[in-house]
Amino acid sequence: MTKQQANWSPYDNNGGTCVAVAGADYCVIAADTRMSTGYNILTRDYSKIIKLADRCVMASSGFQADVRALQKVLASRHLIYQHQHNKQMSCPAMGQLLSNTLYYKRFFPYYSFNVLGGLDSEGKGCVFTYDAVGSYERVGYSSQGSGATLIMPFLDNQLKSPSPLLLPAKDAVTPLSESEAIDLVKTCFASATERDIYTGDKLEIVILNGSGIRREEMDLRKD
Amino acid sequence: LQVMDSAPVENSLMSSESDIQRTQYPYVTGTSVVGIKYKDGILLAADMGGSYGSTIRYKSVERLKPVGKHSLLGASGEISDFQEIMKYLDELILYDNMWDDGNSFGPKEVHNYLTRVMYNRRNKFNPLWNSLVLGGVKNGQKYLGSVSMIGVHYEDNHVATGFGNHLARPILRDEWHENLSYEEGVKLLEKCMRVLLYRDRSAVNKLQIAKITEEGVTISQPYSLKTFWNFSAFQNPTVGAEGSW
Repeated sequence: MTKQQANWSPYDNNGGTCVAVAGADYCVIAADTRMSTGYNILTRDYSKIIKLADRCVMASSGFQADVRALQKVLASRHLIYQHQHNKQMSCPAMGQLLSNTLYYKRFFPYYSFNVLGGLDSEGKGCVFTYDAVGSYERVGYSSQGSGATLIMPFLDNQLKSPSPLLLPAKDAVTPLSESEAIDLVKTCFASATERDIYTGDKLEIVILNGSGIRREEMDLRKD
Repeated sequence: LQVMDSAPVENSLMSSESDIQRTQYPYVTGTSVVGIKYKDGILLAADMGGSYGSTIRYKSVERLKPVGKHSLLGASGEISDFQEIMKYLDELILYDNMWDDGNSFGPKEVHNYLTRVMYNRRNKFNPLWNSLVLGGVKNGQKYLGSVSMIGVHYEDNHVATGFGNHLARPILRDEWHENLSYEEGVKLLEKCMRVLLYRDRSAVNKLQIAKITEEGVTISQPYSLKTFWNFSAFQNPTVGAEGSW
């Protein structure tokens, strides 16, 4: 008698790519809006971006049901924080909360690949990048998801991140202007869409700066 | 089910005597459900087959059901799990009615509830083996969503489950547009269901189309689609290869 094997997987990969770029006084967070399963497209219009706090936006790709559950947990924790502290969570604080939330399910992970973007307490752009179990670091820019392998090297080339081994530590935020950064992100997605079958349809961009938060959209190839 | 091992390890992916109920197979299943938004509301279509593996065991299974005043649920997958979901929803609507506060759950709320139920069952490794389509209208707002057995959910102008994703969605992507009339919508759904009938071996030629508008729900009487086999290739199939099989 052989052991019964599972005949279904609790996970699925619904695809998609996320990118975030931090600037001196802004942050750009972007993700495509395609949701797929296997070789099928389920919908061309699903947002992977959520505003967690006034100065903190998260983009996540991976298994959509886990992403949604994670978003709900964080939103709920933020509400409690607001009740207890009478203020919004800062982006670095949310960064730590996200890490802890992910590690909490270390032995049945949220299959969610996240980038957190926002403004830190000094108003400077900040980006945090995560793996599925909560390992994270603050960076100047990052990409996650199915197109990340295509986008990350391009971002490395364009944004010339200083070596983290330097002393004193050099800031990783890009000297690019806000509009230049947005253009760069659009270029990233246009290129990733060409070669990654799970990326496409539409690009949703969220820009956070001193004046607040705004959204932009761009069509991507639908094939 | 005895686990014969010198060092038995209970892993949530392997069932043993204590949790034999977890990992599952579906037994009696329904095939595709297709749904579209149209001018006045939502149209859902599903056939009435309940398959037991490769046998078409039941031919009068109603897979489209109203939920509360504003929603319609269509289910594919394990029929007994669908019946269980209807019990959960009946209780949900009952409690909603008992508030007696003039408010009632719309399709968005029901869809969210179903998503949470499906996801939580998946988390316990004991899924409800269904793919659901939830459509409705409330206060003029049309809503059409889908949830899978592992909690993957989305809304769109047209949705489908199972084979419908492969065969019906491409037709809908090409021919769906905003403000379809009722007749156009039914024609479009029938086109999808006909293709499914030709190509899905678990499809049966007995279907229902359900409509939901602000006014309420109508589920049609079961009927059959006309099929067309008068293609010249079917007339004399072996011409050109006489003697071969």
